[in-house]
Amino acid sequence: MRITQGAPGARVLAFGHYQPANVVTNDELAKTIDTSDEWIRSRVGIVERRLASAGETEIDLAVQAGGKAMATSGLSADDFDLVIVATCTMETQIPNAAAQVADRLGIQAPGAFDVNAACAGFCYALAAANDAVRAGSATNVLVVGTEKFSNWLDWTDRSTAVIFADGAGAAVVGASDTPGIGPVAWGSAGDKSDAIIIRGRDSFLQQEGQTVFRWATTALYPAALAACERAGVDPSELSAFVPHQANLRIIEAIARKLGAEKAVVARDIVHAGNTSAASIPLALSRMIERGEVESGGLALLFGFGAGLTYAGQVIEIP
Amino acid sequence: MAKSEQEILESLGKIINEITGIPAADVTPEKNFVDELDIDSLSMVEIAVAAQDEFDVEIPDDQLKNLKTVKDVINFIQA
Repeated sequence: MRITQGAPGARVLAFGHYQPANVVTNDELAKTIDTSDEWIRSRVGIVERRLASAGETEIDLAVQAGGKAMATSGLSADDFDLVIVATCTMETQIPNAAAQVADRLGIQAPGAFDVNAACAGFCYALAAANDAVRAGSATNVLVVGTEKFSNWLDWTDRSTAVIFADGAGAAVVGASDTPGIGPVAWGSAGDKSDAIIIRGRDSFLQQEGQTVFRWATTALYPAALAACERAGVDPSELSAFVPHQANLRIIEAIARKLGAEKAVVARDIVHAGNTSAASIPLALSRMIERGEVESGGLALLFGFGAGLTYAGQVIEIP
Repeated sequence: MAKSEQEILESLGKIINEITGIPAADVTPEKNFVDELDIDSLSMVEIAVAAQDEFDVEIPDDQLKNLKTVKDVINFIQA
């Protein structure tokens, strides 16, 4: 038997993102849910979020974000041989998202699979893409995080409806002579599987806020640090920290413990809400677009969520 | 040696002040966390985590929701 010869390294060549046009403010939500702008800002730090229209699917969002990342990378559709979509809000179990996204983007017959690690999904998918390029299973990979969480929310439940939102972010991963994606540090806590759950096909997302908050603010910092250590990067060398945009208070608690003094900390949740698997590429793509981070700088990506699952890695910003 | 109620109260006052900015002197035994001190459920988790370290006790979330007043926490730590 022969085995494939992989690339010496892989890197993110480009990011892209897409948000639905419809901006929904806290005050608008407060008209129908027992909440207030002050309550939402103080508990989760969200000012506004984007929600997809009725006819706009998570596939549509992914195609928009993926197309932008492909265009920025300078590669053409023919260059891609693998598409990975991280999502946990698909309307249908079959077929998956990745094959449809690839088809809509003109990528001919690539490997195509979805990853469900909820809000940690993008970092799992990025790790799979990195490993595929390094092992020689793929040459160029399109990785997309996409969610239409508005379809899975109880719009009378103020503990979830005010938090989750819709959006997509994407990355193009290709071969490189020097590594631009560090080793992944990942793990899970299946004993807390009930903490964030959609119980059945007619149900909605439920979350035990205190349990998740305690876990996120106490148990995750060592994993975030491990992602740095595995890449041989000290937190003081990071120019950006892009954690999953779950809750501004969780983001700030982990950032404080990490002590990455130079790093710009992503606070995209303020205007994007919690977009689950989309939040990390969406946040970083927007930071790049605004010129807040420089190409070549090191960013720690760190996802965490239902499962419970978590994963993180250091990357070089394209 | 077990800490006295006064010692626990003083330490709790410091913890609550660090997490919420509420003056430690306002943290008195009869105060209700939500209604009188205006502390939200997430800050309660942060206070519980800090109290666990300080007093070497376990305060799980299902117990935390029964701790309504400062005195409830003191009793829980002393129990």
